[in-house]
Amino acid sequence: MSALLHDVLTAILVLVGAAMCLAAGIGLIRFPDVLSRLHAATKPQIFGLMAVTADVAINNFSVGTVTLVVAIVVFQALTAPMAAHLVGRAAYETEHLRPDLLIVDELKGRRDEGRTSATD
Amino acid sequence: MTTPRDVPTRRVRLEAVGNQIPPLIALIVLWMLLWGEFSWLNLLVGIMVGIVVTVAFYLVPVQLSGRVHPLHTVVFFVRLILDIVRASIDVSWLAVKPRLVTSNAILEIRLRTRSDLILTWTAVATSIVPGSIVVDIDRESSILYLHVLNMNSAGDIESFRRRVLDTERRIVRGFGSREDVERMRGVRPANRRAARSNGKGQS
Repeated sequence: MSALLHDVLTAILVLVGAAMCLAAGIGLIRFPDVLSRLHAATKPQIFGLMAVTADVAINNFSVGTVTLVVAIVVFQALTAPMAAHLVGRAAYETEHLRPDLLIVDELKGRRDEGRTSATD
Repeated sequence: MTTPRDVPTRRVRLEAVGNQIPPLIALIVLWMLLWGEFSWLNLLVGIMVGIVVTVAFYLVPVQLSGRVHPLHTVVFFVRLILDIVRASIDVSWLAVKPRLVTSNAILEIRLRTRSDLILTWTAVATSIVPGSIVVDIDRESSILYLHVLNMNSAGDIESFRRRVLDTERRIVRGFGSREDVERMRGVRPANRRAARSNGKGQS
């Protein structure tokens, strides 16, 4: 019984991880501009990674694996937003974005303000 | 031979060293996590590597708040994980759903904290949750500029703003300084509205 439960849990976790990676890939192709692609490229796999690493931890349960899993997830959680932020900021600065996709851009006024005051 | 002037400089130096200790401990713990076991040799090598890294890649000391509330910290992390799960499903559905409608927004969100630590934690916590990326930060006035996916109406925007401010509040409750906790308590709910209209007036 517990073996069955174990198998079902493993299957669910691996499938969730795979589905998240698939969705990230599809989003990367379908989303229209750099900033929205960044969302697809960086985010859903955090959850996917958590699912897959949790599965590894369940299957080889030992202190060593659990600590390694924690380290992997923490590192990923700390570095992915930084990468996304750097790319996003560079994209915004170099105007690689489509304003028609934004319903509000509250950074724009701010930037123009800075620019005029810089030229004065 | 101790002149009176020696005392404050020594204290400043001690404080500077003291500020480096929490990151050093974090590095040592990380080293052990990577090896996956505790042994005295690991601890010793970890301390050595930690000191080398702290000295070689010197960071500006972060002002720690000196206050941790374990229960609220746990609440924050559990809620963060739940948010990640929910938002991952949302973004994945957005990517695969048959009719793709993209309507995004770049929002200016004024945080109430004045601490770099809380500002950083809020920025990382909001951008780890799918659907929002930090595009820019105004450190002086604690403003986050976020690119948010799938915002269709003014109501969506308002609820997103509220979500970020709630994240900030959970972080402050968990490990923010006492002044920040007071500030959070003081500004709800009347001031929050004021802060919001203030933000609108600015942009």
